Amino acid sequence: MLDDLTDAERKALAQCRHAVLGVDRPLRLDCGVDLGPYRVAYQTYGTLNADKSNAVLVCHPLTCDQFVADRHPVTGKDGWWESLIGAGKVLDPDRYFIICINVLGHCMGTTGPQAQDPSTGRPWNLRFPVVTIGDMVRAQAALLDHLGIPDLFCVIGGSMGGMQVLEWAATYPRRVFSAVPIACAAHHSAQNIAFHEVGRQAIMADPEWKGGDYRLHQTNPARGLAVARMTAHITYLSEQALQRKFGRALQNRDALGFGFDADFQVESYLRHQGSTFVDRFDANSYLYITRAMDYFDLAGAHGDVLANAFRGTATRFCLMSFTSDWLFPTRESRAVVHALNAAAANVSFVEVDSDKGHDAFLLDEPEMFRTLSGFLKGAATVRGLGSAIR
Amino acid sequence: MNAPIRVDLQLIADMVEPGTRALDVGCGDGALLAHLMNGKRVDARGMELSQAGVNACVANGLSVVQGDADTDLRDYPDAAFDYVILSQTLQATREPRRVLEQMLRVGKHAIVSFPNFAHWQVRLRLVFGGRMPETASLPYKWYDTPNIHLCSIDDFRALCRAMGVRIERAIVLNSKSRRITLPPLLANLIGEQAVFMLRRD
Repeated sequence: MLDDLTDAERKALAQCRHAVLGVDRPLRLDCGVDLGPYRVAYQTYGTLNADKSNAVLVCHPLTCDQFVADRHPVTGKDGWWESLIGAGKVLDPDRYFIICINVLGHCMGTTGPQAQDPSTGRPWNLRFPVVTIGDMVRAQAALLDHLGIPDLFCVIGGSMGGMQVLEWAATYPRRVFSAVPIACAAHHSAQNIAFHEVGRQAIMADPEWKGGDYRLHQTNPARGLAVARMTAHITYLSEQALQRKFGRALQNRDALGFGFDADFQVESYLRHQGSTFVDRFDANSYLYITRAMDYFDLAGAHGDVLANAFRGTATRFCLMSFTSDWLFPTRESRAVVHALNAAAANVSFVEVDSDKGHDAFLLDEPEMFRTLSGFLKGAATVRGLGSAIR
Repeated sequence: MNAPIRVDLQLIADMVEPGTRALDVGCGDGALLAHLMNGKRVDARGMELSQAGVNACVANGLSVVQGDADTDLRDYPDAAFDYVILSQTLQATREPRRVLEQMLRVGKHAIVSFPNFAHWQVRLRLVFGGRMPETASLPYKWYDTPNIHLCSIDDFRALCRAMGVRIERAIVLNSKSRRITLPPLLANLIGEQAVFMLRRD
C-alpha cells in the first residue's frame, strides 16, 4: 500500500512519520465500510514526558496538513501555525509533545481516495468510502493507541480542526483534558454546504476530472480545483479585509482592459490562490474532505440535543470566535457554549475582535494568543504540569 | 499568594466552603474567581456581560463565558453548582426575582450582595436634596445608571419571604465597609450594602 504515491505524498512522507494501522482490526467507518490497512501520516514536535501527560493534538483544517510548524515539503512555506507553535511561543515544544495528524481522506500521506484499494490494486478514486469527521478522529485515536499515548493534555484546532476537537471531546471525553475549538461550529450550515457544493461542482465540471479517474487518464482537473479554491478562499476572508487589501485597485495596468484578463488585483490574487493550491492538493481529496465537513452534525448524532454530546464531561473547554468570521460566525460558537453550560461543563468563551474574517485564526491575533496562553496555563496548573510551565 | 480583594467580595469568599463548585455571575475582572480558585481550591466559573472583561479573565487562566444574568442562567442544569454568586449586580438586572429563582435552581446556595437604597445618606439626599441620590455605592446620574431595580435591605428580605427562600446568612456593612450588627430597622438605615446567603426552603 506504500506504492503508487503521488509526488506530494512522497515528499510529505519523506519529511514526517507514518504508521500503518488497521491491519488486524480494520477501522469501521460511519458509512459501514471496514477500512484497513490504512496509513496515517503525522508530524511531531517536542518530547513526550515520562508520565505521558504533556501531549497536545493539533487538528488541521481542510486545506492545511500535518506540517503545522515546519517548512512545507511541497510549497517550501513556513508551517501554517508557526505563529502559535515554536520555541518561546504559546505551544512550546520544550514543554509539550505536539502531534499533528494528516486526516483520513486527505492527500499528504494519510490514506485517501488517491491510495490503492487493496482489493483491486488500483487507486480508490471515487470508490473510496465517504469518511466523516468522526472517522478522522477515530483514526487519530487509533494512532495514539499505536503510539502508546493514553490521553491528551489538549486538543486544539480551528475550522474543520475545531470540528475534530468537538468530536474528540464528545467521543473520547476521558482522553481529552482540555479542548480548544476555534472558529468552528457543531454542524455545517446550509450556507457552508452550499459553498462546498459549488467547489465540488467546479471540480466535477472540469473535463480532466474524468469521473475521478484522472490519474488513470494522466489528466489533471487543476482548473476545477482552482475554481473551488477561489470560491472557498472568498469565504475565508471578510468583506472588510478584501476591501482594505484590494479595493478596486487594478493589476499591473492604469486603465480597465475591456476584456476578461485579471483587471483587478482581487482577481489576480484569487487566481494566484487557485493556481498554487493545485500543486499541493488533490481534487478527489477536496471532494471527500468537504463532504466530511458537510456531514458533521454533533447534535444530530446525539438525539438532536447538543448538550447530550457533553453530559458529564470533565474536559476544560475554551472556545474562540472572530467578530468578522461569517463562515463560522460567533453565534455558532455560542451555541456550543450554551450546550456546554447545559452540561455544566468547565467552559471559557472569547470572541476576538478582528476584521480578518475566518482566516483570522491562522493569522497574528494577539488576543487569541493571550487567551490561549492564559487558558493553557490554567489547565496546566490543574493537570500538574506546573513545573513544566515557565 | 492571594491579593486582597474588595471587602464585600472577601465576605462572599468567606461564605464559600473550600473544594466546592461556584458560579460567579457578573464576575467583572475575575478577582473573586481567582481568589476562590487559588485560596480555596474552588472549581470556580464566571459569567460576565462585557466581552472585554471575559477576554481579560480567560487570559488570566479563569473559566469565564460571556453571558447575561437575565437570560443565560437558564442554560445551566439544576443544582449544577454549590454556590451561585451575584455581587453588586442584582439591581442592574431586568427581572431580579427571576434571576434569584434561576440562581437558586442552578445553585444549592445563592450569595447576593447589593447596595441598600434605604441607607440614611440616600434618604437624606432624596428627602432634603430633592434629587436622585448619588453616593459612593451609587455613583451614577439618574440618566446613565445601570441600576434599574434598586431595593432596600428590608425590600430584599420581603422578596425572600415572598419567594419562600431561606436566608442562611445576612451581613450588613456600613459606609466604611465595616460589619454592623443592629436590629433590622436600624440596619436598613445604617447599612450601605448587604450580603445575603440564601437557599431554597
